[in-house]
Amino acid sequence: MRLISFVPVGTKINFLKFRKMAAVFSLFLCVASVGLFAAKGLNFGIDFRGGILLEIRTPGAADMSKLRASLGGLGLGEVQLQEFGQPTDVLIRIERQAGGEKAQLVAVEIAKKALGDEVNYRRTEFVGPKVGGELIEAGVTAVLLALGAMLVYIWFRFEWQFGVGAVIAILHDVLLTIGIFSLLGLEFNLSTVAAILTIAGYSINDTVVVYDRVRENLRKFKQMPLTELLNLSINATLSRTLLTSVTTLIALLTLYLFGGEVLRGFSFAMIWGVLVGTYSSIFIAVPLLVYMNLRRSGLIVGDTDDDDAPAGKTAN
Amino acid sequence: MVYFAKWKIIIVAIVCVFGIATAVPNLFSEKGVEGIPGWLPSQQINLGLDLQGGSHLLLEVDVASVLSQRREGMIDSLRDGLRRGSPRIGYRRLGARGECVGFDLVKQEDLTRARRVIRNLESNTFDPTLDVNVDGLSVTVCSTETGQRTILSSAVQQSIEIVRRRIDELGTREPTIQRQGADRILVQVPGLDDPERLKALIGTTAKMTFHLLDQSNSAAASCGAGRRRPPGTFCLPSQEDRDVNNNPIMYLVKRRVMVDGENLVDAQGTFQDGQAVVSFRFDTVGARRFGSVTRENVGQPFAIVLDKKVISAPVIREPILGGNGVISGNFTIQAAQDLALLLRAGALPAPLTVLEERTVGAELGADSIAAGKFASILAVVLVIVFMAAAYGMFGMMADVALALNIVLIAAVLSMLQATLTLPGIAGIVLTIGMAVDANVLIFERIREEARNGRTPISAVDAGYKRALTTIIDANITTLIAAVLLFQFGSGPIKGFAVTLAIGLLTSMFTAIMVTRMMVVIWLHRRRPKTLPL
Repeated sequence: MRLISFVPVGTKINFLKFRKMAAVFSLFLCVASVGLFAAKGLNFGIDFRGGILLEIRTPGAADMSKLRASLGGLGLGEVQLQEFGQPTDVLIRIERQAGGEKAQLVAVEIAKKALGDEVNYRRTEFVGPKVGGELIEAGVTAVLLALGAMLVYIWFRFEWQFGVGAVIAILHDVLLTIGIFSLLGLEFNLSTVAAILTIAGYSINDTVVVYDRVRENLRKFKQMPLTELLNLSINATLSRTLLTSVTTLIALLTLYLFGGEVLRGFSFAMIWGVLVGTYSSIFIAVPLLVYMNLRRSGLIVGDTDDDDAPAGKTAN
Repeated sequence: MVYFAKWKIIIVAIVCVFGIATAVPNLFSEKGVEGIPGWLPSQQINLGLDLQGGSHLLLEVDVASVLSQRREGMIDSLRDGLRRGSPRIGYRRLGARGECVGFDLVKQEDLTRARRVIRNLESNTFDPTLDVNVDGLSVTVCSTETGQRTILSSAVQQSIEIVRRRIDELGTREPTIQRQGADRILVQVPGLDDPERLKALIGTTAKMTFHLLDQSNSAAASCGAGRRRPPGTFCLPSQEDRDVNNNPIMYLVKRRVMVDGENLVDAQGTFQDGQAVVSFRFDTVGARRFGSVTRENVGQPFAIVLDKKVISAPVIREPILGGNGVISGNFTIQAAQDLALLLRAGALPAPLTVLEERTVGAELGADSIAAGKFASILAVVLVIVFMAAAYGMFGMMADVALALNIVLIAAVLSMLQATLTLPGIAGIVLTIGMAVDANVLIFERIREEARNGRTPISAVDAGYKRALTTIIDANITTLIAAVLLFQFGSGPIKGFAVTLAIGLLTSMFTAIMVTRMMVVIWLHRRRPKTLPL
């Protein structure tokens, strides 16, 4: 059987040549993301901002203007309507009501009364001001702790330079994800935070694979110039990097297209994260090592499996 | 020679059989599961509320109200104790002082006796954690922090019990009611079609008391801003009745409680003269008290008060001695039944506030399951085709491992009775994409080793050996993310973390053990000259 070769064998692309260009490009994108976040902010969902969300299904195609008129006149503040997947389905967002938790509860009742009995309530969610604040805190804590824990793990398994490089790469991915959410005005909610953490995990997974090869090659080719060695390592792992990205993207695309409206935001974030993560592990994480004064001697601890000769008999 | 230990083959076989046996019940309907013999596993995956439909409510016990009630109780007991002393202990300004309770003694020499009263208070309330401060004649009694925590804790415990009773009365299946943190309660009720009713039932304190009305003063003259209430009374609004300006009608109610809702033993929503009413029955103590008060006050009105609102204020026509009575108001049938339910279940020790609600209708849940199923199956098929195209026979071995991987995820989820949520399905689909990563790593490495001139067997051996550390390093970092997600995430996100973590572990197992076993067995049988990679 002839196999389809998705990535040519034995590539010798000089990735490191593009490192300055990539650095400028990424820096620009990061700054732009931070700028967007500062200027435009994020479209926080009710998880963080508090407020009310109703998903309804009307008997026939929903009459948006009629719905808008009946809900807008209730004095509940800003009410957003959005068609959700099908013409019969409408997502209603009502801003957080002034006053405590009770006020939100009352607003839900008022809105439901106005919508009447013939609509089917597919989803009712409300988050009071207290919980919203806590969820933000928990989300930020989780992301920061994850970054810290990964830094420590990589530092422990490699050298500190690798840890710093990996964390800068993840930070880059996280920033760009926040940037695209701000740019497109996509709803940023709890599942986005979950997506960001998973992106961090995926991105570091990618980075570790290349770093592992760098470490191996540092032991094997003691005299090779660093840039050449890094290029060699990226090229050797290139087909794996791309193949895994492709299978992951296949899975995510089916989820995005067919997994239902509720998961769409999550899968979009993940798709973006996989693309950015793959780019950053090749063009950011590895080139960063050039600037961080790697000491080769420090890497020879532990197993020295420098046998390039075919291995002999091995018990399992 | 590459070699795969016998015991490893046995382990793989056991895990496969066990995994399939544990996962299979998920293919059956609920009815079908009952037909599985007892010695086989029959647990199905627990679906989250977002998939089966239901309500998730996060409630908070009103701490301030618990503590202020506690202060009121202490003031009453102190008043009793100080008055009962013989001779009476003189005191002034007995009342709440900030977070504490205090009074001023009239005579310094009463201090020892006053201390005894306070000590009695401690032993009476099982709260040996009072702080007593004496400054000249002024005495302050505070609950210590431990004391407050105990009070709060028992209030939360009691609230959980009451909430459980109320929800059980609704007849829903398997509600989960658990304590969260110091003062919160998480309620999860699957398959409910009227979340508003649930919220109304939980959000009502349902503290019911019977009071006499003050007849010597009129409510109009005593209630409202700037007007003076006669001592020993308070003004309460009517629940239903409104005056011409659409303000609730006020009643001037005597503070003393005739009978308390705690003395109710039964309540039912019924009809009387074509009107929905709630009929109730008192226990012996309540019946006796109600009997004597009604005997002494024939012709007088009294108020039935629920959560500081007057439901109705009928006139006592004759003494009610049997302990049975009827509450009529402007009830609908549903309202009468709900009130009866609340009275049966008992009053909450303090108001509950709903902090967060997430309700998913059964229809959306079913749609989510269908969409998730379709996306998963499609993802599996596409990845299987892709792997076969990229790695040929080796790819197909990885595909077998992928299929097994999904079976194992289902098995572990059923076994742990972990909850599968919609983000959890996303986690599974993501794992399908990432599960082949370990195999891709290994196959690429084998390819590379073979290109460097190794024999097939040697290349396979080196490929596995070298890829292993990479696989472990890469997966542990993702596992870190999953663990933190579980720790800090709420409900559905936790579900995602669970499936992601399980998927990572099972994919490592299938890549390192299962595909490897297949590859080694194949090498032994065929002894190929070149690898079809």
